[in-house]
Amino acid sequence: MQIYLPIAEMSVDVFLLLGLGGLVGFLSGLFGVGGGFLMTPLLIFIGVPPPVAVGTEANQIVASSVSGMLAHWRRQGVDFKMGAVLLSGGLVGSTGGVFLFEYLRDIGQIDLVISLAYVFFLGTVGLLMLLESVRSAVRRRGGKRRKLHHHTWVHGLPFKMRFRRSKLYISAFLPLAVGAAVGVLAAIMGVGGGFLMVPAMIYLIGMPTAVVIGTSLFQITFVTAYTTFLQATNNQTVDIFLALLLLLGGVIGAQLGSRAGARLRGEELRGLLAIMVLLVCGKLLFDLIATPDDLFSLAVGRLGGQR
Amino acid sequence: MSRRTALLVLLGLGLTWADAAPARAEAVIADLSKRLVAITTGFAGTDVLLFGAVEGKGEVVVVVKGPIGRLDVRRKARVAGIWINRDTITFANVPSFYSVSASAPLARVVPTALALRTGIGARFLDIAAAQGRAGRGARCSRALDPTREGTDGADIRRMVPFCEALIRNKMREGLFQPEGKVTFLPGRKLFRTTIRFPANVPVGTYSILVYVVRDGQIVGSQTHPLVINKTGVEAEVFDFAHRHSAFYGLIAVALAALAGWGAGLIFRKQ
Repeated sequence: MQIYLPIAEMSVDVFLLLGLGGLVGFLSGLFGVGGGFLMTPLLIFIGVPPPVAVGTEANQIVASSVSGMLAHWRRQGVDFKMGAVLLSGGLVGSTGGVFLFEYLRDIGQIDLVISLAYVFFLGTVGLLMLLESVRSAVRRRGGKRRKLHHHTWVHGLPFKMRFRRSKLYISAFLPLAVGAAVGVLAAIMGVGGGFLMVPAMIYLIGMPTAVVIGTSLFQITFVTAYTTFLQATNNQTVDIFLALLLLLGGVIGAQLGSRAGARLRGEELRGLLAIMVLLVCGKLLFDLIATPDDLFSLAVGRLGGQR
Repeated sequence: MSRRTALLVLLGLGLTWADAAPARAEAVIADLSKRLVAITTGFAGTDVLLFGAVEGKGEVVVVVKGPIGRLDVRRKARVAGIWINRDTITFANVPSFYSVSASAPLARVVPTALALRTGIGARFLDIAAAQGRAGRGARCSRALDPTREGTDGADIRRMVPFCEALIRNKMREGLFQPEGKVTFLPGRKLFRTTIRFPANVPVGTYSILVYVVRDGQIVGSQTHPLVINKTGVEAEVFDFAHRHSAFYGLIAVALAALAGWGAGLIFRKQ
């Protein structure tokens, strides 16, 4: 059954969209990640114009992160003070990101930057996770323990703030910078940025794992809501129909995924996620390196186009 | 609004030009099975039937042109092992959709000289470089002219692959179409052809030009407008998103938040 998407200006099969939403929802329920880093490339792959894919995906992430955040809130898993600091950074970052997006699109390098950003971040995060899960699997057998707290240059920065729920007394610059970096990525890559923020919160900021997911979802909810609004007002690239269809599949998939996830062990899950992240990264890298079928491509003209 | 006005003006110019061209105008009358193509929820492309009658001898050529605009053609080059966009030429006057059908092989009906003058055939369209590697105003029809002398400047030679790529990519998208056929009914008075619009057809006012060509000259012509528009819920959503974009953005966020909250509630109860 075909449906015409008013903003993407194309006809797509309803069941394809529901299926895509379900698949990505399943994976995100299984691994506890947002799934934006999978959905945006998939949408582009089925022919949705990249700006619409990025804008609409931000809208969809609002929904999935709201329900995730509420669940964590009930379990006291959100550090609101930390979330607010991360969020202030995120708002600045995503504002800058939307303008950077426009500029890169004008000079014709947006696709390249999106691909390079994905390859770089997915590659780095995937490798780190893979190493970590292998190491922790080994450690579980060996039984050695890690030092609880490291002191680095990070702890020497000014403007220290106390974060009670995270049990931290650190410079506000650190979460601000992390939030801003994730905000830029949210605007350019159409992702929530959880895959980057969660490791940064654990390894860089040093937050306890119990509040990491809830707090990152808190930040993601508001940054993606803000990004959705900016994309809708600046570029008119948010397709409500597309977002709702993906949502519907995604909600069901996520529930099935989280049930399946309860049967797997933590490091096995992380290892699987790492492999999947590296696969997506490898595919994108291959596309950058392999000689394209046609060296030429078309884009709407710089000074007012065909739309 | 201003684009539509400009289009109407262009259309008008096209009409007066077409009227002035033939010395002895042969009567050609044609009509379309529909004047308005509505893009609705289930839109998956559509066919429009064009039929008509021609007085006297001659071959019939039907040209369908979408609204014109600017288009960037980019060429990738390998830099440090990675393919990136290096050169760009911005072309002006590019129709968003183009198809041509003829009652006999086009190359035989419309000789190069006539094609160059009238812009019949994708290779002969009046597409000009507006910006980029080629000289401003250099034309694709000149770059792709098979009878072109080798004396042209580097500008023209440099844009040849870009012009070829423009046509090739548009054809791959289905927005420039391979040469179609106009069929005569026995008696060679009545003719018909089917214009096929794909699902990704751009909206706007199209012009459909019907020519009668004899001995390499246009001896009659007629122009019809065809409007391709979104209608129904889709059109309203699109309109709303553009006119009240801030409100639209708020609704999008509110819907998503509500959906997320609702989903959380439903699955918590289970």
